[in-house]
Amino acid sequence: MATAGLPEPTSPPLDPAGKTVMGASDIARCLRRMAHEILERNKGADDLVVLGIPSRGVELGNRLAAMLEQVEGRGIPAGSLDITMHRDDLRHQPTRAPMRTHIPPPGIDGKVVILVDDVLYSGRTIRAALDALADLGRPRAVRLAVLVDRGHRELPIRADHVGKNLPTSVSEKVQVRLVGHDGIDDVVNIAGGESR
Amino acid sequence: MRKHLVSSADLTRADIESILATAASMHDVQRREVKKLPTLRGRTIINFFFEDSTRTRSSFEIAGKWMSADTINLSAKGSSTSKGESLRDSVQTINAMAVDALVIRHNQSGACQQVAGWVDASVINAGDGTHEHPTQALLDAYTLRSRLGDLDGKHVVIVGDLTHSRVFRSNVLTLTTLGARVTVVAPPTLMPAGIASWAERDGFATGWDLDAVLAGDDIPDAVMMLRVQRERMSGGFFPTPREYTVGYGLTRPRVEALRARKDGVLIMHPGPMNRGLEISADAAESPNSVILDQVSSGLAVRMAVLYHLLAGEETAA
Repeated sequence: MATAGLPEPTSPPLDPAGKTVMGASDIARCLRRMAHEILERNKGADDLVVLGIPSRGVELGNRLAAMLEQVEGRGIPAGSLDITMHRDDLRHQPTRAPMRTHIPPPGIDGKVVILVDDVLYSGRTIRAALDALADLGRPRAVRLAVLVDRGHRELPIRADHVGKNLPTSVSEKVQVRLVGHDGIDDVVNIAGGESR
Repeated sequence: MRKHLVSSADLTRADIESILATAASMHDVQRREVKKLPTLRGRTIINFFFEDSTRTRSSFEIAGKWMSADTINLSAKGSSTSKGESLRDSVQTINAMAVDALVIRHNQSGACQQVAGWVDASVINAGDGTHEHPTQALLDAYTLRSRLGDLDGKHVVIVGDLTHSRVFRSNVLTLTTLGARVTVVAPPTLMPAGIASWAERDGFATGWDLDAVLAGDDIPDAVMMLRVQRERMSGGFFPTPREYTVGYGLTRPRVEALRARKDGVLIMHPGPMNRGLEISADAAESPNSVILDQVSSGLAVRMAVLYHLLAGEETAA
């Protein structure tokens, strides 16, 4: 049950003054490399569960899982983990409806959970995700895979698998768009900040 | 989202959609082993119930606790109300304890609206007299949507004591906002005065003959039976309970006729049921009945309401 509609993910327009730092083929290559790294680190695909953080992390997670499946020739469970209810900045912004959390059937107890997000920035989203995960079970290990690491961490959190390290200033904005989520070609843009 | 939830009329379609979407996620939490979210940690919610309640009060209490708020229940019996303290003094006393939300049920229509003007806390209407019961309408909408999908164009028939029903008032507002078509049926003595102009404004239909409505061309997608409220039945509104059942009860023949016309017509009741009066045991237990779904939806919807009213940024009153 519980099929009442969930909110459509939003897709604000790209800043036209932005600079493209990754195109569709760059993103695909990064993900493929990350898939191999994940398998190398895990010594195979045993116990892997991929959980994307809504909204674009889910799309990336599904792609990563598909690539892992291609390499290993067997199904890799993929799902999503919403962190809205665990955020530490709820009081500082208007509420928004949470997205769906979907834990694939084998559950996460004793598994190796690969958390996937598009951009790693302050680390607060990941902190919330770790809390959300703890309410759902006890994974054997949790690893973090992100497409872009833009620095400026506010918590002692780092990614295990990074698509691209992108040095940014705080005043800049990193915009990720994915075809399955936003309906436009995959791209990572960087916009705003002082002119350089 | 606004600060108080006093009337269903305050909710826009976007508000309702957002609450129902949140409720869908909260419904998943109910199936977990650890039913706890940190979202409302450090908030205090007082359930102040001047009228009896089982499901509304317990579901507000559980909803608050699952979201890590501290919830306290007060009832008129056992509080200073029984010593003659006025509503205003009572709620201002509570308010002085810096609570974040007051969930209020009261036997006087408009009590919640008044309280909202007296306190700093968020006020949530859990039923005020014969006026409104907005979270009931939201949970009914949630239950309907989880079975029927989008409510646009769906036909919901509401049957029973319309005069005294806050469930009906809130439901008409919420369901029509979501695009459902609503027909209300009641004996003439229990039809509110001036319902014709009201029906025209809010866009719903009225009828006196239950069988005619159920057999009409517009086959209902759901039938919602209202409770005959014995505590408000001192006016001689119908001659005998038996006569009410014959005219307006969801009896076994009526259920069978409905099932013969269309598969899966939902049977709803806000509870508590008077079995054998407005609803037969066959109807309540039939596979079409979603009465217990309404209860579990109530929990999810109340979590969603608490989240939207309390979790976000501080809003001015």
